[in-house]
Amino acid sequence: MTGTPLLEVEDLKLDLDTGSGRVAAAEGVSFRIDRGETFGLVGESGCGKSITALALIGLLRHPLSIGGGVIRFEGREIQHLSAARQRDLRGNRIAMIFQEPMTALNPVSPVGRQIAEMFVLHKGKSWREADRLAVEALANVRVPAPERRVKDYPHQLSGGMRQRVMIAIALACGPDLLIADEPTTALDVTVQAEIIELMRNLCAERGTAILMISHDLGLVANVCRRVAVMYAGRIVEERGSADIFRAPLHPYTQGLVASLPRLGSRAALGRARLQEIAGVVPAITHFPDGCRFNPRCAQATEICRTAAPDVDLLEAGGLVRCHHHA
Amino acid sequence: MKLRANLVIGGSLFALAILVGLLAPWLAHTDPVMDANLMNAEEPPSWTWWFGTDDQGRDIYSRVVYGARVSLTVGIISQLINSVIGVALGLSAGYFGGWWDDVVNALTNLMLAIPSLIFALAIMAVLGPGLTSLLIALGLTNWSFTCRIARASALSLRSQGYVQAATVLGYGDLRIMITQLLPNMLGPLIVIGTLGMGSAVLSEAALSFLGLGVRPPFPSWGSMLSEAREQITTAPWLSIFPGLAIFLTVLGLNLLGDGLRDILDPQSRSRRT
Repeated sequence: MTGTPLLEVEDLKLDLDTGSGRVAAAEGVSFRIDRGETFGLVGESGCGKSITALALIGLLRHPLSIGGGVIRFEGREIQHLSAARQRDLRGNRIAMIFQEPMTALNPVSPVGRQIAEMFVLHKGKSWREADRLAVEALANVRVPAPERRVKDYPHQLSGGMRQRVMIAIALACGPDLLIADEPTTALDVTVQAEIIELMRNLCAERGTAILMISHDLGLVANVCRRVAVMYAGRIVEERGSADIFRAPLHPYTQGLVASLPRLGSRAALGRARLQEIAGVVPAITHFPDGCRFNPRCAQATEICRTAAPDVDLLEAGGLVRCHHHA
Repeated sequence: MKLRANLVIGGSLFALAILVGLLAPWLAHTDPVMDANLMNAEEPPSWTWWFGTDDQGRDIYSRVVYGARVSLTVGIISQLINSVIGVALGLSAGYFGGWWDDVVNALTNLMLAIPSLIFALAIMAVLGPGLTSLLIALGLTNWSFTCRIARASALSLRSQGYVQAATVLGYGDLRIMITQLLPNMLGPLIVIGTLGMGSAVLSEAALSFLGLGVRPPFPSWGSMLSEAREQITTAPWLSIFPGLAIFLTVLGLNLLGDGLRDILDPQSRSRRT
C-alpha cells in the first residue's frame, strides 16, 4: 500500500430492479487502481463488468442502481456526489471509450469540433483556441494530415480512424483514469493492435491509468499489469497478468486460458477442436447457491453447491474465490 | 439530379413569393386598396389589367402582389412559433421521459383530437379578427406534429452511442439536447416545418375566407378568394389568380422541404463533393 490509490472500489453491490423485486447483478466487487496503473476486468457477457464501469462514472440508470459499497476517487467518495460534481469528473478526470466507434461519434458534427468541445466544456477555452488544440490532439493520436481531418465527418473515416478520434476526445483533458470498454472489439485484428499500442503509449506518457474491460483475456493480459476475472457478478480471481496467464487458480480462469486459441496448438497437442467451457452464464435472477460457477465446474464438490467461497488473499499478492484453489 | 431539381424549383418558387412580398410597392401597378374605380369594374385580364379587375375596379394583380405579404408573414411566423413550441416540448419530453413526457403526451393528444382549424377559430373568436390574432391562433394550434416528431427522434437518439458518449464525457442535459440531439433531428423537423408553412398559408386563406383573417379592404389571398366566390362564374379570374398564388407558394414550400431533407443528411452531402 503506497499512498492513496487513484481509484478504490470496496464491496460494491449493484442492484437490478426486475419489477418483482431487486436482485444483485454484481456484489462484493472490490479492487484498486493506482496512478498510471493498467488494470483489466475480464469476463463473459452479462458477468457485470460493463455495469461496474458505468457505476464508477455515476451513469447507472434504472433498472440498475448502486445497492451498497464505496467508490473512492483519489480518496474521496464519489458515489453520492451531486449530478453536477459527477459531470465535472466525467470527461475531465475520468474518461471512457467505447466498443462501437461507428456510433460513438455524432454523425452531423465534424470530428474536430467534437474534440474541441471537450476543451470548451471542461477547460473553459475559447472555440478558437479549442480548434487549435483539436488539431494537436488529432496529431497526437497519429492521424495523418490532422489539419485537414478535423473538418471530416465521422462517416468519412475508417473504423480505426474513428477509434483514434474517440481516444483523442477521451484524452483531450488529460484524465487520470481512462476506462476502455471493449475498445477494439469492432475493429480488424491488425488495426486492433495499433489502437491498443497507441492507447497504451499515450497513457504511459501522461501517467493516465487504464481500466480495460474486455472478454478477451489474451488482449487484457497483454495490456494490463493486473487482471481481475469476473464471473456472474463476482470477482473470482485477481492477480498479476503474467501469473494469471501462466498459472490460473480459479477453475473458471483456467477454462478461459485453455479456451484461448493458440497458433500451432492443434498440431502439437493433437487437439481436434478449440477448448470451451461447458454451459452458459446463469441468469441474474437464478444464480446457483454456493459457488456460482459450480454447475459448470469440473472440480465442484459438495461444499461448492452449498457454501459460497470467501475471498482468499494470496501470499504472492492477488486473490481468488474458490474452495479448492491451493 | 432529382434531389437538386426539388430544391431549385421549390426554393425559387418560395424565394419568388418572398421577393414579391418584399417588393410589393414597386411591383404593384396601383394601390391595392385606394385605387378603386367603378369605371373599370370586372375587366377581364388584358395588357392593362394583367390579372383583370374586381367588381370595384381594383387591379387584381396589385392585390395579389400585396396579398403575398399577409400570406407569407402568417405562414412563416406562425410556423416558427409552432416549431419552437413543438421542438421544446417534444425534445425535452423524449429526452427526460417520466412525468414530463406524460404531460406533454397528454397535451399533444389533446391538440391532435381537436381539429386545429376549429381550435384556431375558437381563439380567433376570443381575440377578434386581425393579423396578430391570426398569428397567435395558428401559432398555438399546429405544433403537435412537430412535437411528435421531435419526441420520437429524441427517444431513438437518446440511446445512440454518441449521446451516451456525450453523457460520459461530462456534457450537461441542455448541452446534449442542443449539440447532440437537435442537429440530428433537424432533417425531419425542417421538412415538417416547410410543410407546416404551406398548411399555415392554407389555414390563413381558410380563416380569411371565413372573414376572420385580415379585414377587408386590405387584401390577402384568402380574403380575395372569399370575395370572389359569388362571381366565380361571371368573373373567374377573381378566384383563379389568388388561388394560383396559394397553390404555387404551397407547392414551392413542399418541394423545398423535400430538397432540404436530402441535403441535410451529411452522408448524401459528401456523396456530391
